[in-house]
Amino acid sequence: MKKLHELIAPVALVVGTALLGLVVSSALQTYFLDTLIKVAIVVALYVFIGNSGVLSFGHISFVALGVWTAGVLTVPAAERAAIMPGLAGFLRTATVGNVPSLLLAAVAGLVFAFIAGLPLMRLSGLAAGIATFGVLEIVNNVLRYYDKIGPGLNAFSSVPETTGIWQAAIGALVCVVVAFAYQRSRFGRQLRATREDPAAASAAGISIYRQRLLAFAVSGALAGLAGGLYVHLLPVEIDSLYLDVTFITLAMLVVGGSGSLLGAVVGALAIGGLDSFLSASENGVDLLGWHLNLPTGTAELTVGVLMAVILIVRPSGITGGRELSLGWMRR
Amino acid sequence: MSVSWQTLADALSLGGIYALMAVGIGLVFGVLRLVNFAYGQLIMAGAYAIAYASVWGWPSWAGILLCFAVVLVLSMLMDRVVFRPLRTQSPAVMLVATFAIAFLMQSIAVLAFGQLGTVASSMGPLNQPWDVGGVEIRKIAIVSVVVAAVCLGLLQLLLTRTSVGLHMRAASMDFRTARMLGVRANRVIGGAVLISGLLAAVSAVMLTARNPQVTPIFALDDTIIVLAGVVLGGLTRPIPATLGGFTIGFASGLLGGALPTNQSQYLPTFLFAAVILVLLVRPNGLFARAGTGAERL
Repeated sequence: MKKLHELIAPVALVVGTALLGLVVSSALQTYFLDTLIKVAIVVALYVFIGNSGVLSFGHISFVALGVWTAGVLTVPAAERAAIMPGLAGFLRTATVGNVPSLLLAAVAGLVFAFIAGLPLMRLSGLAAGIATFGVLEIVNNVLRYYDKIGPGLNAFSSVPETTGIWQAAIGALVCVVVAFAYQRSRFGRQLRATREDPAAASAAGISIYRQRLLAFAVSGALAGLAGGLYVHLLPVEIDSLYLDVTFITLAMLVVGGSGSLLGAVVGALAIGGLDSFLSASENGVDLLGWHLNLPTGTAELTVGVLMAVILIVRPSGITGGRELSLGWMRR
Repeated sequence: MSVSWQTLADALSLGGIYALMAVGIGLVFGVLRLVNFAYGQLIMAGAYAIAYASVWGWPSWAGILLCFAVVLVLSMLMDRVVFRPLRTQSPAVMLVATFAIAFLMQSIAVLAFGQLGTVASSMGPLNQPWDVGGVEIRKIAIVSVVVAAVCLGLLQLLLTRTSVGLHMRAASMDFRTARMLGVRANRVIGGAVLISGLLAAVSAVMLTARNPQVTPIFALDDTIIVLAGVVLGGLTRPIPATLGGFTIGFASGLLGGALPTNQSQYLPTFLFAAVILVLLVRPNGLFARAGTGAERL
């Protein structure tokens, strides 16, 4: 594959974050794990939004679906009745291991995104934004209240906590590599062509609908995988995967630059790091012998300001939608 | 499913308030092609103004005045600082920007006023029941229906009988042509933002009277439902937007009041399934004129 060197920078960033996460204290490591999962989610978002230029508010529902799939299938069967008393049918007994649950989470995301995309990918612009928002609302609403299929408003407790730094890093790397392979493939290039000039792309024989649908399904699979990683990290309340997470992950993508894979990774790491630091500061941290205790809400406030400023001043984000190319080395 | 008069009146009043919010969102969309996600947070700010006025012991009219002042200042500020620099960007970028502003305002509210919220007790009297022909109905239900009708009537007069209204309608049909024919962009947009702010303030007063517990997420759910309603009705023109807002408010008020909780909790699912369906079949909305160039693939 040509231009493979463009993969170096995003992979190096993820590996670097993981290595840094290995050496810090276990209290701090939680933030690194959380940020690595955010990288996976933002890269999933990027596969669709970045390549197609169409906005989606619905991807967090794919993450929620991944959380649900991996969560419901890995809670030990003995404890299932206590945590999810309303569970029906095969969900009461079916149990899978760690890796299969992650794969199934990705499959769930893929299938659901494909089915949802079948009608929705015919829309574009604002209508697509509102319709994907509708998907988020519906999935959130159903998973929140329908206790025959899951814990409803309760957390997914007792899920084996297998997402350590290795699993988080490998998951994020899988997302990065899949995203890169997709974007360099002919499908990815075709979709990027429709983003730049839909009329010309159609005239050249590209089906905008099919390309968008494919990207939607791929990004749904990655989002589902991210959800699987997330539920193996901590007991997730599915209700929490709603507007706040949608906002922060979109902010990460926009701030980093939605036009490039590097932008997605940089945005997730930058905002993830900032957000982790500020959230920690809300509980009080000691920094270089200086006690910092910020009021609750500072993290959201800072991220909100940052995102608004970036949108106004530099709408193409920190990276300006470019990959870091090593072309200068050969010159 | 049984419907009491109280439920019906409540549904009507919710429909009225949602119609006001819908037209507020629709007016700005008309001239800017911008869906303002932060509209609910404007209302939240107004509600806090009323709540704090009542905590400080101000009379209720002063609280309402403060609410109008706060909401109008904030919406003009939003126009200047955010909408104006982004006017040339794509609708998607503007949507994300208002999404950011919404979260920004919400986190400011959390920082400044705390998570738990404040009670606007000065609006209490409006929540007392009124005896109408042997049926008890909350005063606010009647007041909000009347206020909504008056506001919408005035707005219709403004849009059809004044030159500002004509400019606004022209701009929402075709902004570029309207500018070429001498419509001043900043004035029209400023006017639309101003009116939309006024409507937000009125909605803030009504919603605070219905539910005096003001929190940082006040009006968030309402705005989401109204957004669905506006899209359902048709975004580009005020009357379809109003109808959409009213319909969804009335329907959710009626169903929410009449259905048992284990069914009404799925209301958002049905509302948004309807929205998606409408978007697919009639991307311009249910009540819009047919054949006005829809964006489809």
